Amino acid sequence: MNNFVQTMKPRIRSARESMYLLARNKLSLAALILLLLLAAAAILAPVIIPYPEDLADAAHTDISLQPPSAEHLMGTDELGRDIFSRVIYGSRVSLTAALAAVGLSLLIGVPLGAVAGSFGGWVDNVIMRITDVFLSFPPLLLAIAMVVVLGSSLNNAVLAIALSWWPWYTRLIRGQAISMKERKFVQAAETIGTGRMKIIFRHIIPNCISPVIVQASMDIGGVILTVASLSFLSLGAQLPTPEWGLMISMGRRFFPDSWWYCIFPGLAIFITVLCFNLLGDAIREILDPKTRKN
Amino acid sequence: MFQYIVKRIFSSILVLLGVVTITFFIARVLPSSPEVRWAGQRATEEQLEAARIELGLDKSLPEQYVIYLRDLLRGNLGKSLNNHQPVTSELRRYVPATLELVLLAFALAVVIGIPLGIYSAKKKDRLLDHFSRFFSIGAVSLPTFWVALFFQLIFYKGLNLLPIGGRISVEATIFETVPQVTGMLLADCLITGRFGLFLDALRHIILPCITVSLYPIGLVSRMTRSALLEILGEDYMTAGHSYGLSDTRMLWKYALKNSLGTTATDVALSMGYTLTNTFLVEAIFSWPGIGSYISSAVTTLDYPAIIGVTLFGAVCYIILNLLADIIIASDPRVRL
Repeated sequence: MNNFVQTMKPRIRSARESMYLLARNKLSLAALILLLLLAAAAILAPVIIPYPEDLADAAHTDISLQPPSAEHLMGTDELGRDIFSRVIYGSRVSLTAALAAVGLSLLIGVPLGAVAGSFGGWVDNVIMRITDVFLSFPPLLLAIAMVVVLGSSLNNAVLAIALSWWPWYTRLIRGQAISMKERKFVQAAETIGTGRMKIIFRHIIPNCISPVIVQASMDIGGVILTVASLSFLSLGAQLPTPEWGLMISMGRRFFPDSWWYCIFPGLAIFITVLCFNLLGDAIREILDPKTRKN
Repeated sequence: MFQYIVKRIFSSILVLLGVVTITFFIARVLPSSPEVRWAGQRATEEQLEAARIELGLDKSLPEQYVIYLRDLLRGNLGKSLNNHQPVTSELRRYVPATLELVLLAFALAVVIGIPLGIYSAKKKDRLLDHFSRFFSIGAVSLPTFWVALFFQLIFYKGLNLLPIGGRISVEATIFETVPQVTGMLLADCLITGRFGLFLDALRHIILPCITVSLYPIGLVSRMTRSALLEILGEDYMTAGHSYGLSDTRMLWKYALKNSLGTTATDVALSMGYTLTNTFLVEAIFSWPGIGSYISSAVTTLDYPAIIGVTLFGAVCYIILNLLADIIIASDPRVRL
């Protein structure tokens, strides 16, 4: 029986094999490279953009709303600011906001899920019913309601997204924690009298965090979209922050005549989110033994 | 089965109560000085006091909660801060237009998404499979509000084929009486036999409908594909093969039937996302639905209106979830 379980266990592949599988799919490799470039752009943004002064309220009204040209690759906005510079810098804004939102949701969701799974009983019941309630709001709507009440700012938008996103991680880690509870090393820790909270944080969470981290990295694309949607509704980043959603919302007043104002920031959102989703899909395929047949 | 459904309905009611409590918390506990927003920035102390009484803020929180619940049971969602109109009647005015858009988009998602998913699963790893997978991932990666703008740029500004927004031409609203039966314009035009008007309305709904449907098309085709692939990998499929059943027969008769339950659930659940996407799209196409309502409420921070919409959305979502679970439960392979 034991031998059977051993052989049936999905093979744990080395990091090298996973990289090989990832690299075999050209599309996901391209996505990975693009994302690395994007991350580099986000980190180096203040250095590499051609017109750093255009990030704030600089105004060169003599060149306002210019179509794309050699000097201004993506044209200029109503204040004559270089849209290319702002779009590049926007990657920094979007990535940090998305990372913060996902990180914050993990901070709320993971301990709750681990506690629910390892305690069981009424604690589990209460936590999971609360999770159910949060999951019954259509995504975005709860975040919109919270930001409207808290006041519009990028920080509040990040907070609101985290407050509506955490239940997914709670659910995921709870399932893991339940199976972890029966494992020998956890029971061993119990018998030598380790405290419950210590068991949860030292033994259970570190051992079941990896699927949650994978899920979280796949969620980043969706969160970037949510941040952009909130900013588009003027509930997120505020002027003059070069945030993609906010830029589209500003550009709408000059649409469709100055189409470049809306189209390029949107293209940036699309490409970023697409890369994250392509990569997430590839990771899912690699991790799932079922779809790996043939 | 019956017992399960009753239990499921009961738990939905509990969840609903939780949802109401959270919205109460957001509406009453979080906001700073709602009476100022109600009476205006330059209100006198007496006006503020009156506003506090009008809003019920002079009572204790538990009392406010009970009043909130009682009002909800009567279908009273409070009044908008902007025009002091009851939110419920505003919603009633805006819901049909949104419903029309969502339903049509969903019909499109099912008609395009399911065949695309089947084809993808059948021809796994062929060119069209790669294309349709790319399309479905692309569709869920698109910022819908931007797609809406993009479509306007191409079909209105570029090709001048379709109108930029609205539900019906301005001329039609001036020279003709627009039928009002269900509030869903396409249906109303058909019921009253106004085919000219129907075509006009159809021209207006094409762009918003396609924009809204991209997300569910991607989702439905992806779900259909993965559900089918999972079933095609099952042992009984191999058994069928060894009996010499043809691939086509296996796919259509056995695999597809067994995958429909999963797909139906996903369709129901993706409706929640679609509803929210619809809101953003409506704002761009000036489609007079809940989305336009909420985006104008957002600019003035009219929180009773937004919370009303949130509650409405949550109720729709809970009902859809319930339906999805009942669909799963009606599958004879599922033991409860």
